[in-house]
Amino acid sequence: MSKTLFDKVWDTHVVRKIEGGPDVLFIDRHLIHEVTSPVAFLGLKNRGIKVLFPERTFATADHNTPTINQHLPVADPLSANQLKALESNSNEYGISHWGLGHQKNGIVHVVGPEYGITQPGATIVCGDSHTSTHGAFGAIAFGIGTSEVEMVLSTQCIMQPKPKKMRINVNGKLGLGVTPKDVALFIISQLSTSGATGYFVEYAGDVFENMTMEGRMTVCNLSIEMGARGGMIAPDETTIEYVKGREFSPKGESWDRALAYYRTLKTDPDAVFDKELTFDGSSIEPMITYGTNPGMGMGISKEIPDAEHAEGGATTYAKSLGYMGFSEGDSMIGKKVDFVFVGSCTNGRIEDFRAFTALVKGKHKADDVTVWLVPGSHIVESQIKEEGLLDILNDAGFVLRQPGCSACLAMNDDKIPAGKYAVSTSNRNFEGRQGPGSRTMLASPLVAAAAAITGVVTDPRTMMQDLETANA
Amino acid sequence: MAYDKFDILTSTAVPLPIENVDTDQLIPARFLKATERVGFGDNLFRDWRYNGDDTPKPEFVLNNPVYSGKILVGGKNFGSGSSREHAAWAVYDYGFRCVVSSFFADIFRNNCLNIGVLPVQVSPEFAEKIFEAIFADPNTELEVNLADQTITLLATREKEIFEISPYKKHNMLNGFDDIDYLQSIKPEIEEFAAQLPL
Repeated sequence: MSKTLFDKVWDTHVVRKIEGGPDVLFIDRHLIHEVTSPVAFLGLKNRGIKVLFPERTFATADHNTPTINQHLPVADPLSANQLKALESNSNEYGISHWGLGHQKNGIVHVVGPEYGITQPGATIVCGDSHTSTHGAFGAIAFGIGTSEVEMVLSTQCIMQPKPKKMRINVNGKLGLGVTPKDVALFIISQLSTSGATGYFVEYAGDVFENMTMEGRMTVCNLSIEMGARGGMIAPDETTIEYVKGREFSPKGESWDRALAYYRTLKTDPDAVFDKELTFDGSSIEPMITYGTNPGMGMGISKEIPDAEHAEGGATTYAKSLGYMGFSEGDSMIGKKVDFVFVGSCTNGRIEDFRAFTALVKGKHKADDVTVWLVPGSHIVESQIKEEGLLDILNDAGFVLRQPGCSACLAMNDDKIPAGKYAVSTSNRNFEGRQGPGSRTMLASPLVAAAAAITGVVTDPRTMMQDLETANA
Repeated sequence: MAYDKFDILTSTAVPLPIENVDTDQLIPARFLKATERVGFGDNLFRDWRYNGDDTPKPEFVLNNPVYSGKILVGGKNFGSGSSREHAAWAVYDYGFRCVVSSFFADIFRNNCLNIGVLPVQVSPEFAEKIFEAIFADPNTELEVNLADQTITLLATREKEIFEISPYKKHNMLNGFDDIDYLQSIKPEIEEFAAQLPL
């Protein structure tokens, strides 16, 4: 019988099927961080059970960590306590721990791929909804709750009903200034924040085939923002080239066996999806959100839709725009920006910083904008320095912070103050997400760069055309 | 952690007819710093419930003494966003045992089932009826019967059947959890692991 990519990976990992219930799914790689794991370890202790396969779990601290002065003790006692718990639990159960200060420390969904923990055709889970990132490699990767973290620690399995399958095709040439983030925000704006709930998505079409691994990670990362548990892209030569030789990638004969498996990972031509959607990539503009969920996004040159054209009830829509201080029919161009955040598991990789730097090169940061540039890992941080980006950024009035989740969810001190507006390359614009009362506009690193220079929401294409003319 | 058995729950309900209630509203990230599962109910809907100076916002439904009960009735797409089980813990710790909505986000629904909070998905029409009944009379009682898979507006006896997998239903009726099950098949899991391609 014909199978989709998702079917192939899922079926390979089903230990047993329960009559009238979920499948018992084996998990190849388990990532943990300090926020969603402590209660799971407490559960193990209470039951008096061990971690079944400690070599399949990897721990990194990221949600709570400060992004300046990481060499100093963590000032917030609650954060410090969680970081300590991750370390002591990892040590007690024999799990690799990349804590604050460790060379491999960084955002869990950035370091996983960097070190080859993420592999095509693997099942990967983490107590974090943006685990969908790893689907970029053709893995089944999704976020789980703490009870499930305990299940994976104790038995390397979780119990999941098999989701429905959706394929999203995007073909065509992307326009100037249109990045993978814009493609993802566009799709979410078309489906709404719940349009893919109950589905696992496969992204297909030449737009994704032509994307780098980092671009694919950005797209898959945002799958959860339309309600999908995860999204995946079939592995190809780009994927294999990325994975080969990384620290935890298979080596020697194991690599040959793995490669043979990777090559099987594509949807059969006549396989059937429960739902299939197709979009024209050339119609996508640089995107920006205007509301309080990631589905409330639009092309940056457009106007905020009327309630009658918006998904969701009129009351909810009005509450959302009221929170943002925007009105139906407003243009986003020219809106005041107080903060710019570049980073997170969505857009905290080297290509994101290259794009940001290319746009701000030779210009200067707007005086009344605070800009936080937060690399996703120490590798990204080193690349920024080694490639000479840091010098360009410093000359333009920017400083670089240290790796972590930072203002994406504002668990550390990187909080946007109440009422202030942030253009953010992260993944959620929920009320208070970036700090109590904060107002978030999600966008690409290019839109973030344009805002950082001008102090208002600006179409980056206007600045890129200048660049192209200057270079001609 | 095994949880209380769920059988029949008869209670008044708290109405929250807002769509896309996300996990950051259920429990903001800054309250996720505990290393034990205690005290999350105090911070349920923290920023909708309290001002910056910790004084209650009287207009929010949890601060309105007219509404109370063990059932929370939310708008469409309830629990979207983060995988934080803390959101479900906050709902449980506040005193809710059941959440009713016309549509749930996946991970939140799973998390609820794993800790013994019953997510009951009803049709948009029935959700509307429940909201209308509670707003007309806050003492309106709902009966949620897990064995029969029914939710009933007691005043009018209007009822609807809801879906739950037979496995999860059996677990909730008996207070069993998935870890007990998985522990019982550990040798099979170890054997399975040995033959995997990666």
